[in-house]
Amino acid sequence: MFDWRWDFTIEILPRLIVATGNTLLAAGLGYAIAVVLGLVFALAQRTPSRALTFVVREAIEFIRSTPLVLQIFFVFYVGPQFGLRLSPWTAGMIAIGLHYASYLSEVYRGGLDSVPKGQWEAATSLNLSTARTYFRVVIPQALPPSLAGMGNYLVGIFKDTPMLSVIGVAELMHTATAIGSETYRFLEPYTLVGLIFLAISLPTAAGIRVFERWVRRKLGLS
Amino acid sequence: MTDEDLSGFPLALEGPDVPMVSFRKVSKRYGELVVLDALDLDVAEGEMVTIIGPSGSGKTTVLRMLMTLETINGGVIYVDGKPLTHMPQNGRLVRANARHLRRMRSNIGMCFQHFNLFPHMTALENCMEGPVHVLGMPKKDARARAEELLEMVGMADKRNQHPSRLSGGQQQRVAIARALAMRPKVMLFDEVTSALDPEVIGEVTNVIRQLVAKHNLTMLMVTHQMGFAKDISDRICFFFGGRIEEQGTPEDLFGNPQKERTQQFLSAVKEAA
Repeated sequence: MFDWRWDFTIEILPRLIVATGNTLLAAGLGYAIAVVLGLVFALAQRTPSRALTFVVREAIEFIRSTPLVLQIFFVFYVGPQFGLRLSPWTAGMIAIGLHYASYLSEVYRGGLDSVPKGQWEAATSLNLSTARTYFRVVIPQALPPSLAGMGNYLVGIFKDTPMLSVIGVAELMHTATAIGSETYRFLEPYTLVGLIFLAISLPTAAGIRVFERWVRRKLGLS
Repeated sequence: MTDEDLSGFPLALEGPDVPMVSFRKVSKRYGELVVLDALDLDVAEGEMVTIIGPSGSGKTTVLRMLMTLETINGGVIYVDGKPLTHMPQNGRLVRANARHLRRMRSNIGMCFQHFNLFPHMTALENCMEGPVHVLGMPKKDARARAEELLEMVGMADKRNQHPSRLSGGQQQRVAIARALAMRPKVMLFDEVTSALDPEVIGEVTNVIRQLVAKHNLTMLMVTHQMGFAKDISDRICFFFGGRIEEQGTPEDLFGNPQKERTQQFLSAVKEAA
């Protein structure tokens, strides 16, 4: 029954390692989009414009309340009907980036709200502009309390990249499935995929905790 | 706010004795609660005015309105002869826009009860932030000015420490240096010793004494330190219910208060001390 073939395992390993590169690239790119866009979403909810706040708030709620895989399908298959013809990679990055931006904006919101009002008042008393107050005073202080949540979503986006396989992005899951359908052997490829995810997720989570402490120390906050 | 009648207020104050700060019929309400009721208060250039009074009498609001941290509901505030809360437009006063506020704010510096230093910056960086990023000073000059001011408040040896490594008294001294680094014409001290342990209050009050003695700054202070207020103020204003109930020189106000409420307040404070 349990028939693990080492020679086959070694044979498919190079293909899976290449695919791991794609998975990391997808997670990295998607996360980079999410980190920046999430901040835009968070800041957009803090402008004096109530209309803007409302629109962004509802958009975030909508994205957070619908499945990622649907959003990926939507961008890739429905996009062309609106003249948006995107490659699987581009569509995937937009979908996953937007999805995680919505989650990260909530993390930032908590962080930004945690900065005491007195910091804003001090910045006003020194006549700092709103933009400078955000970038020099508020965001550096909002960062440490946001890092834990940001780290969780970094691991989260990494684990969600297999969803991109549904539109044909050649990441780990997609490659393992391809190997399976070529060779009719699924045990080794899928087991390897699981081990690769584990081998990357666990040290990343630990690394994030170290990084969090380092940032706090660097900013003189502890 | 477009319907307010400001026709009685001049576009600018002119003449030989223009006060540095002038509140004209300034009102502040939070909903139904009247915090300040048509306040008139002039502070001359170089004058040190201390505001005392029971909590809720509107003392801190006066300073916060001057720092533009609060909007006002009526009247006009002038700083150095020019309107602060309003600006002239087509020959009449309209609400100040962000640009006008920014220009006028450069005249004013403030120190807060809870210091509000930027915790991710060292003492020196706190004092350089405004000069570099608002006044556009070269870093070298800003650093020299910041070091000079930290020296003055006795914090030169701690210049590279973050606020979390400093005591309350030390943080407040850095905060004073930070405000002074912007070269304001008017300094506001909002209960700057209230959050301090008794044994370090002196190190902060001494810095303020030094400022009064050596600099021609216009200062407004809210404090509960009556002895200190008596020592250094040119004038004391006793606030009650959003109005100035009584004002005068420290000798007159503390030595011979005329109004009953002033007498009650001062004797209550004396008993507590």
